[in-house]
Amino acid sequence: MAAVAPAHWGPKTHDATAGQTVGPFFAYGTEFERMNEIAFPHSPGAIVLGGTVFQGDGAPIPDAIIEVWGADVDGSIPRARGSRKRDGHTFTGYGRTFTDDEGHWEFWTRAPGATEPGRPAFFAVIVYARGLPSKLHTRIYLPDDEAALAADPFLASLDDDERASLIATRTPEGLRHDFRLQGEHETVFLAF
Amino acid sequence: MTEPAAAPESLLASPDQLTQREITQEIVDLHAAFAAREAAGETLPATMLDFAPYRSSVLRHPTKNPKLVDPETIELRSPAYGQRDVAAIESDLTIQHAGEPLGERMTVQGRLLDSWGRPVANQLVEIWQANAAGRYIHQRDQHPAPLDPNFTGAGRIVTNERGEYKFTTIKPGPYPWKNHVNAWRPAHIHFSVFGTGFTQRIVTQMYFPGDPLFALDPIYNTIHRQRDRDNLVATYDHDLTTPEFSTGYRWDIVVDGPDATWFEPEAGEH
Repeated sequence: MAAVAPAHWGPKTHDATAGQTVGPFFAYGTEFERMNEIAFPHSPGAIVLGGTVFQGDGAPIPDAIIEVWGADVDGSIPRARGSRKRDGHTFTGYGRTFTDDEGHWEFWTRAPGATEPGRPAFFAVIVYARGLPSKLHTRIYLPDDEAALAADPFLASLDDDERASLIATRTPEGLRHDFRLQGEHETVFLAF
Repeated sequence: MTEPAAAPESLLASPDQLTQREITQEIVDLHAAFAAREAAGETLPATMLDFAPYRSSVLRHPTKNPKLVDPETIELRSPAYGQRDVAAIESDLTIQHAGEPLGERMTVQGRLLDSWGRPVANQLVEIWQANAAGRYIHQRDQHPAPLDPNFTGAGRIVTNERGEYKFTTIKPGPYPWKNHVNAWRPAHIHFSVFGTGFTQRIVTQMYFPGDPLFALDPIYNTIHRQRDRDNLVATYDHDLTTPEFSTGYRWDIVVDGPDATWFEPEAGEH
């Protein structure tokens, strides 16, 4: 799929508003109830997706926001409303959480299915933090479908270290994935 | 983990504590270097992630360029919001407590647009800000300015069918921080916005016209082009000012793209 706007739209006419850091005091402005419970905890198919965010000297980042947006287990794109006002059972696909004092974050969610046959499944992710001048997009790929991961042209274009930074690790509860904003094993971030 | 993590509030002061003059010179030099790179044909993002005058970015900016990828299906859509997700009163930050907050009551309104100037309807806009004295309610804010028991400083709204939003609030004060000696942020309101695609998501800050702190502020100046910085500054609009009640500002937000569309072609398009 080529990411091109329909030709009849013509060239862009408006400058995009530039991003800025979330700063240190985002919590009271962006928190909402059960915001990291994309799937109701312990409901059928619910997994824990979590990890740690690290800065360049290896210290954890205690003031980051992680946002996750993913398909349902069958690969369908959630269209249900209510991400911000959860009803306790509807899967909306979107959640937000903050890192704790040890830089750890986690969600209850569902493992997404492939949105197209043969494609590797992934969560779309955005990382924000104090000290990060604008958002960072990345992906968390599921580790299970090795054939689909191997066949993906984008993943194939990366070296082993880069590819590993995008693929989660299975745990008994679900999936673990760390983000390293800088330095050794730096996470691959995306531009569209 | 070998040792406990540092308390977050202990991380807010940069270790080197340069002077404002030194920080300002770094900003001027970096802007000149970025302009030279663009003049040489390089394309730079609007916001520079590697921007040392903003001291806490030094260990937090990626060192590699982002990988250019085609957005996939999930990234071309966004979480669904509707008018019922947010109560109408949540866009008025002045009525969330028993009494009236102190400060200059103001409204800010505008449109959420895409790169072709089309309204983006039914998307969530969230804001948070300091109070009139420049104090955030966040427990890690140690600025010795008064908290206002009648002001929290957080609001949200879902854009209407014309892509419009409107908040009633109190004009925030400038705010001191520990990036360098005598560092002050220009007055600003934090904005978090969704577009129709997840790639369009932005978190940014809105500023007020004529702020004398603009040239001194490392965060505002992470945006290296004057035109892009100007786009973060709201316009005072006397037609939005309400007699005997509030001053009015206008600020439109443009989400980038969409670079591709998830929707099927309309009838007649092939």
